[in-house]
Amino acid sequence: MSSKMQSSNNIAQARRTVQQLRVEANIERIKVSKASADLMNYCSEHAKYDPLLMGIPASENPFKDRKPCTIL
Amino acid sequence: MSELEQLRQEAEQLRNQIRDARKACNDSSLSQITAGLDSVGRIQMRTRRTLRGHLAKIYAMQWATDSRLLVSASQDGKLIIWDSYSTNKIHAIPLRSSWVMTCAYAPSGSYAACGGLDNICSIYSLKTREGNVRVTRELSGHTGYLSCCRFLDDSQIVTSSGDTTCALWDIETGQQTTTFTGHTGDVMSLSLSPDSRTFVSGACDASSKLWDIRDGMCRQSFTGHVSDINAVIFFPNGNAFTTGSDDATCRLFDLRADQELMMYSHDNINCGITSVAFSKSGRLLLAGYDDFNCNVWDTLKGERAGVLAGHDNRVSCLGISSDGMALATGSWDSFLRIWN
Repeated sequence: MSSKMQSSNNIAQARRTVQQLRVEANIERIKVSKASADLMNYCSEHAKYDPLLMGIPASENPFKDRKPCTIL
Repeated sequence: MSELEQLRQEAEQLRNQIRDARKACNDSSLSQITAGLDSVGRIQMRTRRTLRGHLAKIYAMQWATDSRLLVSASQDGKLIIWDSYSTNKIHAIPLRSSWVMTCAYAPSGSYAACGGLDNICSIYSLKTREGNVRVTRELSGHTGYLSCCRFLDDSQIVTSSGDTTCALWDIETGQQTTTFTGHTGDVMSLSLSPDSRTFVSGACDASSKLWDIRDGMCRQSFTGHVSDINAVIFFPNGNAFTTGSDDATCRLFDLRADQELMMYSHDNINCGITSVAFSKSGRLLLAGYDDFNCNVWDTLKGERAGVLAGHDNRVSCLGISSDGMALATGSWDSFLRIWN
């Protein structure tokens, strides 16, 4: 590749980088305190629907230990 | 000043702008906000089922949306569809290439997909009229290995690759609808947002990126990890995601605050994380490690709440069923375990 092509590639790449950084720089951000509070609220609202968190009574567990059958 | 030099300066200014904007929002921490919250206590789970049948390392698994069936992929060259309740194998699908690294189950249950070192994402129809399973499409175009794939629906799938790109495919035509470029290292994992409009990717460049599926743009980039990111998963409400890395940490990133909120690590943990998943409420973070264990983390407080030991080799993949009832882990020991 000629050095002219190489340098125009570098410029094209640099332009793309700047363009991308502009997109990322311009987003709206919220405070960490609000983001954290929202996560905490989501978890607490949905806790009762979380079987692994609340525990699963054996009668409702589709994976409860299978007992061996006795043939009478 | 040359144009190149000007552009480099502008890039530097923009990076500083992002850094300062993030700092300005950093008014507290997740730990501080949750300081008064009760901890989850000790989380103990038992192995309820062991799925035996693969003859070599398991590399990937995904639950079907019915929370009962699941698909696993092994380098024994097989994709197996299991009934996790009975441990029966519904299908054992021989693969054209045994070097599989990922698999996926379509939300409808009608298709499965897999791929790996063949650079191809193969789509399998599970509900053919003849009753057998066959390849319906081979999606080729990636110039590197297929590390992860996830169905949007029966006609669209998103893939990530060792060629540093991700792609959205139209399964019907076999073409890439959209290519997602920007990572500078192998992309190892992806996770679709709950509303299917975006996805996050994690790569060997130690960064994770949020992508808009429709327009192909990278909306946000996150740094922090100091080594390859192997796994990413969205938090259930779509406002945050967690990554797992070779640097022995998992990290929680918030999309709206545009920064890292928590790191999950311990001095005793010195090995890489291969896989991550959230429990239904998001309160628990499950992570699979190279040291054969799974750790259960309290997402909000950053504390370890439990350890799941049982595999005899690396935990390579894991997933929680959509009804939140069970965790499935897959390992290099060739077994899958179902825990709750």
